[in-house]
Amino acid sequence: MWKWLHPYAKAEKAYQVCNTLMPYFAVVAVIGLIVGWTWGLAYAPADYQQKDSYRIIFIHVPSAILSMGAYTSMAITAFIAMVWQIRNAELAVIAIAPVGAAVAAIALITGAAWGKPMWGTWWVWDARLTTMLILLFLYIGVIALYHAFEDKGAAGRASCILAMVGVVNVPIIHYSVEWWNTLHQGSTITKFDGSAIDSSMLYPLLINILAFACLMAVIVLMRLKNEILEREKHRPWVRNLVSGGKNAV
Amino acid sequence: MQFNSLSEFFAMGGYGFYVWLSYGACAVILLGIFISSKRTHGKILDDVKSQIAREARIKKAKEQGL
Repeated sequence: MWKWLHPYAKAEKAYQVCNTLMPYFAVVAVIGLIVGWTWGLAYAPADYQQKDSYRIIFIHVPSAILSMGAYTSMAITAFIAMVWQIRNAELAVIAIAPVGAAVAAIALITGAAWGKPMWGTWWVWDARLTTMLILLFLYIGVIALYHAFEDKGAAGRASCILAMVGVVNVPIIHYSVEWWNTLHQGSTITKFDGSAIDSSMLYPLLINILAFACLMAVIVLMRLKNEILEREKHRPWVRNLVSGGKNAV
Repeated sequence: MQFNSLSEFFAMGGYGFYVWLSYGACAVILLGIFISSKRTHGKILDDVKSQIAREARIKKAKEQGL
């Protein structure tokens, strides 16, 4: 039943799939970011309390949500790599980690820049902020572990184990605002009784989340292609790709 | 449009520094990782190219030597 999936475990096929998917994500990312940033910065109404400072939400929330989403997908690919011994999944873990780290850093920086005018401080050791910082360190740990081993097989296994163990942090981040009494506000969009945000702000936010996700997908696919090429550079198909010129993107 | 002039837009109601710091940091980090990924790709392809050229040179030298 799952036989149709098997060819995708081959490096060459996976490389081609990356090439096929990338333009679609790229188009949505570019259009979405232009529309989302313009709408968020210039057309969405100012908040009645926070005025124009709340416009940071249009990058803070997408980066925060997606840094957690990227970590979850990294943990899932790590699980696949460990259980079914699929090397492309291992390469995907290595491709996602730097992108996730960058996005987690964006979430922390934009949070600090929002915290300063609203809370009066760049940083507090609040539950939400601390668990997000741990998420950034987990990403950096996965990258560092991979580069610490000379043998890439052992390096991949070590990173996969860290990626899987670290996933317990994701639900902790999500519930941190409920479990502990924190300075960070609770969830606004993902509430069971509907969003507590007006649609004039919700729509540009959703567009920004979608665009941000697509941009991350583009960068992850680029990095996955690089990882595949690096591991397979002595194989004939890579040589054909380089010398053939036709498919050499 | 929520702002009457361009300078008002850049001022962001007095929060300009924080808003533009956020958007600027976001753009710089994402562009940085995008460009570095692009460069790595080019570098790997160049490596493979020079390896192919090197093997061709060795082959040619061997043929001439015979």
